[in-house]
Amino acid sequence: MSSASSSAAWKSADSVPDQFPAGLRVLVVDDDPTCLIILEKMLRTCSYEVTKCNRAETALAILRENKNGFDIVISDVHMPDMDGFKLLEHIGLEMDLPVIMMSADDGKHVVMKGVTHGACDYLIKPVRMEALKNIWQHVIRKRKNGWKDLEQSGSVEEGDRQQKQSEDAEYSSSANEGNWKSSKKRKDDEDETEDRDDTSTLKKPRVVWSVELHQQFVAAVNQLGIDKAVPKKILELMNVPGLTRENVASHLQKYRLYLRRLSGVSPHANNSFMNPQEETFGPLSSVSGLDLQALAAGGQLPAQCLATLQAAALGRSTAKSSIPMPLVDQRNIFSFENPKLRFGEGQQQLMNTNKPINLLHGIPTTMEPKQLTTSQSIGNINMQVASHGVQSSQNNSALINMQVASHGVQSSQNNSALINMQVASHSVQSNQNNSALMQMGQPQFARAPRLPLSVGQPIISNGIAASYNPVPQSSSMLNFPMNHASELPGNGFPLGSTPGMSGCTSKGTFQEDFNSEIKGSVGFMSSYDIFNNLNQHKPQNWELQNVGMTFDDSRHSNSLQGNLDLSQSVLVQQGFSSGRMSGQNRSAAVVSKAMFSAGDSTEPGNLLNVSQHLNSLPVDNTIRVKTESVADVNSDNLFIDHFGQEDLMSALLKQQQGIAPAENEFDFDGYSLDNIQV
Amino acid sequence: MDRNRLQHQVACMRRSLFDQGYLDEPFIQLEELQDDANPNFVQEIVTLFYTNSARLIQNIEHALNSRPIDFNKLDDHMHQFKGSSSSIGAKKVTNECTVFRDYCSAENAEGCSRSFQQVKQEYAILRRKLEVYLQMVRQAAVSQTA
Repeated sequence: MSSASSSAAWKSADSVPDQFPAGLRVLVVDDDPTCLIILEKMLRTCSYEVTKCNRAETALAILRENKNGFDIVISDVHMPDMDGFKLLEHIGLEMDLPVIMMSADDGKHVVMKGVTHGACDYLIKPVRMEALKNIWQHVIRKRKNGWKDLEQSGSVEEGDRQQKQSEDAEYSSSANEGNWKSSKKRKDDEDETEDRDDTSTLKKPRVVWSVELHQQFVAAVNQLGIDKAVPKKILELMNVPGLTRENVASHLQKYRLYLRRLSGVSPHANNSFMNPQEETFGPLSSVSGLDLQALAAGGQLPAQCLATLQAAALGRSTAKSSIPMPLVDQRNIFSFENPKLRFGEGQQQLMNTNKPINLLHGIPTTMEPKQLTTSQSIGNINMQVASHGVQSSQNNSALINMQVASHGVQSSQNNSALINMQVASHSVQSNQNNSALMQMGQPQFARAPRLPLSVGQPIISNGIAASYNPVPQSSSMLNFPMNHASELPGNGFPLGSTPGMSGCTSKGTFQEDFNSEIKGSVGFMSSYDIFNNLNQHKPQNWELQNVGMTFDDSRHSNSLQGNLDLSQSVLVQQGFSSGRMSGQNRSAAVVSKAMFSAGDSTEPGNLLNVSQHLNSLPVDNTIRVKTESVADVNSDNLFIDHFGQEDLMSALLKQQQGIAPAENEFDFDGYSLDNIQV
Repeated sequence: MDRNRLQHQVACMRRSLFDQGYLDEPFIQLEELQDDANPNFVQEIVTLFYTNSARLIQNIEHALNSRPIDFNKLDDHMHQFKGSSSSIGAKKVTNECTVFRDYCSAENAEGCSRSFQQVKQEYAILRRKLEVYLQMVRQAAVSQTA
């Protein structure tokens, strides 16, 4: 285990393991000054290094500034500037630190919220010193789990190139997983930067899985049938010079993992491409993957979005308490994403199998656990499901289906929610895009009888329909989630908040729709589209604003930070895809942010919140599209954070500088194919 | 005054504060946190509490007096106040806060008003008692060094 690094983590001057846990670097956040001082004193008495702050925003800023400066965070639940759970989500996504929640409230509901949001512990106030003495265990545990996740998933390391290289090593010794693990560990521990020669006999130059390449890959896989897709044949079909069977094999492995996440089945269950759950996708069945493919092919954006979504889904699927996983997966996913967007095949399967659109789910993955867990149990499920691709409940799948269906219902384009998204995105031209998103939601509902959506049409129609017109398909997407109370989150839209989006558009309009939990899903879609749209049209930064939705910016109190965080996770996914588009991400990011905002009445753009808010959001409030805040920098942030912090940061920075940073990050070069074990 | 007597008086008063339910376990934690590095820790915390909680009390008053009453907000404010008072072990005050929150969740404005009066009363009583107590503690400490 990385004991060496663990001890190094302790700030204790000499990182001497013996002193552990002395020197544990704790950040404590509480708006009550009395509690804060008491906690600080208690922690100091435990020999920890304590930094205190009384505002969540400040805490985030401190953490961001000093990414590796803390080992654990303790935060109050009730804070005026930001909900403690939001902060929890942010930290989990961005820094992946263990977070302990505290509250005087010991109600089961609140404690559950802590659990679902990924808190590693929940302390009831007044906090006793005994409770603080052992918090170091969470740090160790998280590290251990983090390593395990990385090993198990075989996915990209947490944004660490070196890890990628270790994956190379892994690939090389694919036959010997143990070797890989140990070498990976060793690599991590020793911080090596190069592949291990002893295991990398098959080391190959890293292949960059670009969007196009991935699409080719997915097309080949679809053509062969996921069950029959073997690297050799895929390679032949792809007919890409310079690509080796090993490259394909490792990519395939990642893809399978991604799919697994989406559907929640093991990667080897190739049969069920998507979720095993077959929802009555009825209307969707008509939609073939072809549509998706067409869509995907039609515009890179959609594919990318999907990819992101998928990535998100993949990332999320792990849905473990350890946050790192999702991030890692996401990275991997990205590579897959594009193809995923295509859906071509997946979609078909989805459609046919009524599997909810995993792709959609994918997106929120990162966000997902956090987001959904909140009040909406359904949302949670959905979201999580989304990522995993598994629809735990009928609703979820239905949700997904709906989404997809909704799209399909409306028109051929609708085939799948994804498709719609894609479609919408493509067709959306600035404002229109947005509306397309929204619209998607709307029309669909009306048309999609199957959709369980309770609200059905009105939702989107209210706000969105009016505002948008153009892309009906997208609207379906939006609608869907909204209406579907139960479905929600499944969408996997990281945006989860998107439902909020719908809400945003018409502050008042969505009300009825908004209640549905689907919000998450809806939001997702819209955000997704928005991204696409934004990118396509030229990001006006806040295309969201343009989006027919009447977002209410007033809310974004936080600002970018708040929104970004959430959106980041979501955006990351999306941004990812858009990132490629350079600039598009922004919009997407923005959008996603908006999405988030929408969902969150109180917080700017937190996806997590969105899902939570879905239930409780008063339509008006929730829809605040924070587009504004998100717009620039944020979008960058959004993307970046998902991926390993380092990578993302650099991407973010680049973006900010006007470079198309995301490209690097989002390119699939993140993971080395070699690492993937076939 | 005789140091032993002072100490004895301090001990008696302290015990009665606990026995009568004015103070609770968290207060003991505060006392344990007091050390050479922070010799007046307890006093500092109590002062800090009363200074900050004044603001929270005002928030509650304001929320109670507004029409219509926003019970969610009211509950929020009280939740904060309760968290703060429980952190110093103000047992009676915290208990009254619980009563208040029950009325609040029932949206019983009248009940909220009444129980809030109780909260304020306990809050004031505790403040006086702590002032006396802590002063005695200081005296005993001074007498010790003398």
